[in-house]
Amino acid sequence: MVFFSFLIAFIVGGLICVVGQLIMDVGKLTPGHTLAILVVAGAVLDGLGLYEPLIDFAGAGATVPITSFGNSLTHGALAEAEKHGWVGVLTGMFEVTSSGISAAIVFGLIAALIFKPKGKAN
Amino acid sequence: MVILFPSKPSILACGAVAGPLENKSVFNSYFDSISEDERWGQKTNEQGHSKMIQEACDIVMKKADLKNLDVDYFLSGDLVNQMTPTNFAARELAISFIGLFSACATSVSSVIIASLLTELGASEYAIAGAASQHNAIERQFRYPIDYGAQKPATAQWTVTAAGYALIGKHDPKLPSIVAGTVGKVMDYGDVNPFHMGGAMAPAAYDTINSHLKKRHQKITDYDLIMTGDLGKIGLKILKAMFAQTDAKQEELQVFRDAGAEYYGEDEAFQAGASGAGCSASVYFSYIEQQLKTGRFKRVLLVATGALLSPMSFQQGESIPCTAHAIEITMG
Repeated sequence: MVFFSFLIAFIVGGLICVVGQLIMDVGKLTPGHTLAILVVAGAVLDGLGLYEPLIDFAGAGATVPITSFGNSLTHGALAEAEKHGWVGVLTGMFEVTSSGISAAIVFGLIAALIFKPKGKAN
Repeated sequence: MVILFPSKPSILACGAVAGPLENKSVFNSYFDSISEDERWGQKTNEQGHSKMIQEACDIVMKKADLKNLDVDYFLSGDLVNQMTPTNFAARELAISFIGLFSACATSVSSVIIASLLTELGASEYAIAGAASQHNAIERQFRYPIDYGAQKPATAQWTVTAAGYALIGKHDPKLPSIVAGTVGKVMDYGDVNPFHMGGAMAPAAYDTINSHLKKRHQKITDYDLIMTGDLGKIGLKILKAMFAQTDAKQEELQVFRDAGAEYYGEDEAFQAGASGAGCSASVYFSYIEQQLKTGRFKRVLLVATGALLSPMSFQQGESIPCTAHAIEITMG
């Protein structure tokens, strides 16, 4: 049944990307808007308790797309809020996501140091 | 507003330079030089942009056997903020310089002013033209190329190219400028910066119409009416607009667009080419050479420009557009 879980991850992850593509092509929004909308959608879905079941169902199909970042924001905030009350909402938001943000910064720096962007090749 | 040039200033020499990707252009054999490096050996795209302008102007002066001191005016523009690539090229050229911004219509607005200066006797030799460098302009108007943003099918590809012409006194053996039309700024409320061709077509239509009316001409009086960078979609819109007048279907063949033809049918370039260097590098290479060989006797060059800034479209402003035209005859 391993193959089946791969297939589900592929389809669900692909469908989330289809939504992103539709936001850009049909909704005529910028990549920045698309990113923000997907993050917020993930956060709202988790707030409604819907994102965790999606991860259980689709695995990496739900954790790899950017919606999972929104999910992690809400998740961290709710978990810390239970422990520390309202202040936990603020401290918790970046508790789970800090590794992702740090990784983006560090890998971005490394890529910028090594590579120089060029135009389309001939 | 149509301006007549009774003394018929001539295009004495032309220089067109392009980047490595432009080797794919259907016009590549007409360019004077194609660089292997998109930055012309410079550190930044903007410095390469400047170097490209200098190289094109050097070619023009070499062809006419002139030195920088012999040239009276340098009239040019580009699309980068404050036009620094052109300003910096002017610093190296050391020719009296006026920077002109008509976006991608600068190739023609500069020639109109050069022709006026020649007509007045204020200039013996004036270099006019425009340029654009893909990476620098993408960063200016859309996203830095490093960002890798997707583009819709209506988007056009900014060329890396420069085209310059030396305008001087009438020479019966050379192409000569007999009239020019300075376009109005038209705005039909288009807000999509990835669909410039559609936004610019009405401006091109208006300028062509005004020119024909004032000159008592029909489109059939021309061997060619070539717009600058309407692209494949914009050209279709322009033809459709003329189809609604009394123009016959076969007469619409007279309309061509430099941007629509630039990269041939290659779909990687979406709706075709654009950029200030697009019309300039085609007008001041292919068109000039075709006029000289006698293939064309009378042409109308209509460079189109979208007058937006990144800030204006982020603030939700629509895209005002313009088009300037010059009528060139052989001899």
